[in-house]
Amino acid sequence: MFNVLKMAARNLSRYRRRTLLTLLLIVIGMIAVLLFIAVTGSFKQMMIGQITDSVLGHIEVHRKGYVASIDNLPLNLNMKPAAVAKVEAALKEIDGIETWSPRVKFGGMFSNFAETTSIRVNGVDPELEAATVPLLAGRLMEGAKKGTLVAKGEILIPLLLARGMKTQVGDTVVVVATNRDGSVNGKTFVVRGVLESISGPGGRDGYIHIDDARDLLRMKDAEVSEFAIRIKSPSQLDKIHARLKDALNGVANNEGKPVLEVHTWADLSPFANLARMIDVMTLFIKIVLVSIVLVSVMNVMIMAVYERIREIGTIAAIGTPPGRILALFLSEGMLLGLFGTLLGTLISLAAIYGLNIWQVNFAFGQQQNLVLAPQIASSDVLTIAGLVIGVAIVASLQPAWKASRLDPIMALRHV
Amino acid sequence: MSLVLAEKLTKTYVSGDVSVAAIKGADFSIEPASFVAFVGPSGSGKSTLLNLIGCLDHPSGGKLTVAGTDIATLDRKTGAKFRAEHIGFVFQDFNLIPVLTVFENIEYPLQMVLEWPAEKRQQQVLRLLEAVGMSDQANKRPDQLSGGQKQRVAVARALVSNPKLVLADEPTANLDHDTAYRIIELMKKMRDELGTTFVFSTHDPKIMGEAETTFTLEDGRILTNGKDSSKEASHV
Repeated sequence: MFNVLKMAARNLSRYRRRTLLTLLLIVIGMIAVLLFIAVTGSFKQMMIGQITDSVLGHIEVHRKGYVASIDNLPLNLNMKPAAVAKVEAALKEIDGIETWSPRVKFGGMFSNFAETTSIRVNGVDPELEAATVPLLAGRLMEGAKKGTLVAKGEILIPLLLARGMKTQVGDTVVVVATNRDGSVNGKTFVVRGVLESISGPGGRDGYIHIDDARDLLRMKDAEVSEFAIRIKSPSQLDKIHARLKDALNGVANNEGKPVLEVHTWADLSPFANLARMIDVMTLFIKIVLVSIVLVSVMNVMIMAVYERIREIGTIAAIGTPPGRILALFLSEGMLLGLFGTLLGTLISLAAIYGLNIWQVNFAFGQQQNLVLAPQIASSDVLTIAGLVIGVAIVASLQPAWKASRLDPIMALRHV
Repeated sequence: MSLVLAEKLTKTYVSGDVSVAAIKGADFSIEPASFVAFVGPSGSGKSTLLNLIGCLDHPSGGKLTVAGTDIATLDRKTGAKFRAEHIGFVFQDFNLIPVLTVFENIEYPLQMVLEWPAEKRQQQVLRLLEAVGMSDQANKRPDQLSGGQKQRVAVARALVSNPKLVLADEPTANLDHDTAYRIIELMKKMRDELGTTFVFSTHDPKIMGEAETTFTLEDGRILTNGKDSSKEASHV
């Protein structure tokens, strides 16, 4: 077999122009795919990270029906203390869960004493919220970034609101909210910080302390609108989601129906569709690469067999077994795939490295100066490389088979 | 014992409803270490006969034994193995592999067919290069050689695996007379040195005179002195 590989390599090196052209096609295909996967993958991971680590968490638990009406932030669909206790008990039981943050969410009016506008507010426990969505503090564009995220009597407001209302850190503002029973209550807050807006649900919400929220809403009980949950490993998302769902299915009303619902970030964020689209595009690009390799290698091998019919007749006449002729042409195809893959991978990795050194900034929605940091998993590189080499072999199969089945007499007569 | 023995050998090509008898009941034998020519005009069946002896084709009838093997029993794979072990080929158009050097062309059967170890291959190739007078051209490609040099390389390649029999189909047809004569002389010399049987076809009267045994073919039949013959060879 070594002799066959050696001969195949020699043939490729001496049919230089054809080999270089084919390698070029494979290399370009490899670079296109690996760079695409690296760039889109990192974009996707960055956006998912932004969503899960600064707003939603990985999983959220609500009372049944809450998500369907989430635009209204319905106070009548908050979880009661009994349900809250059951949720917390279930969360403690599941190993993969790192931490969680109970939130009280409501819609209200925001006033700077001169103008009034609407605002969506999250009442949070600052320590738990900071642990559950660690990038939230990173979104603070103005105000103290150190210390407690938001203390009692303080509010974090979204950038667009701050600009629109000409409100600055340290200003006193009023938040007015309609309580569950229909009465209205107001409370003054000092603006602690201004948050960068991000795309997706919750990306333009304000934050106050959970005790202030309950006080403003005149809640008698420690109700919770939602639990945002952070898991230890995002790759375990589906597994933990299923476990939590099973665990909370037991929390039922008098009719025996579940009263809670569990959603992953992907169920709640429209970006999940974009992420799925990126996956589909990646698949499409992979198909294009496979097609390029298949067509180019097959074309080269068909031409190689056609141009070398007399050579094949000669080597068959002098006793080269059909199996070895087959192996010779398959080896040529495989080596084309192998060298093309190696070269393409090296150039792609160098390009990815370069992109990480000379950082590329981009904007996404309201988010400016996002840094593109393309990365590619070794499993992706190995999968693509294996695919290309495999396709190169498959593409060589028909021409190689034809070469091995050529009648030596007919081949020797070929002009 | 004859190296090649043909008895009532026939070969008929069938294409649709048309059948053409290329060899019509040939009987002949070729002894070891002989220097044999099949002569005759184009279309007389010389190449067909060499293809049959070379196990590249199967007879339609009769029996053909080469080195003690009935070639009708050989399939594609065993035929290739048999050729590799017993038969060398020299072609009219030389058929050297264009991307390989002279050395690599001669080495090819040992490397790709018989899989000799590298050191043994090198010794054998150098010996053959020396024998055909091409030692100083070992690293050249076929397109850098003259016709005569190419055919010398082809002879060396045919002999490199120490075959019992070398078949040469019109080996001098593409060469000028002097070069053709030198190639025949080379083949004869190699026969003398190695004891290899050489069988070649030609329609050149001057070249056929160099053979020790001549079979004359006409219209698929072997003739001697212009008569329809079965077994006797005309010795020149």
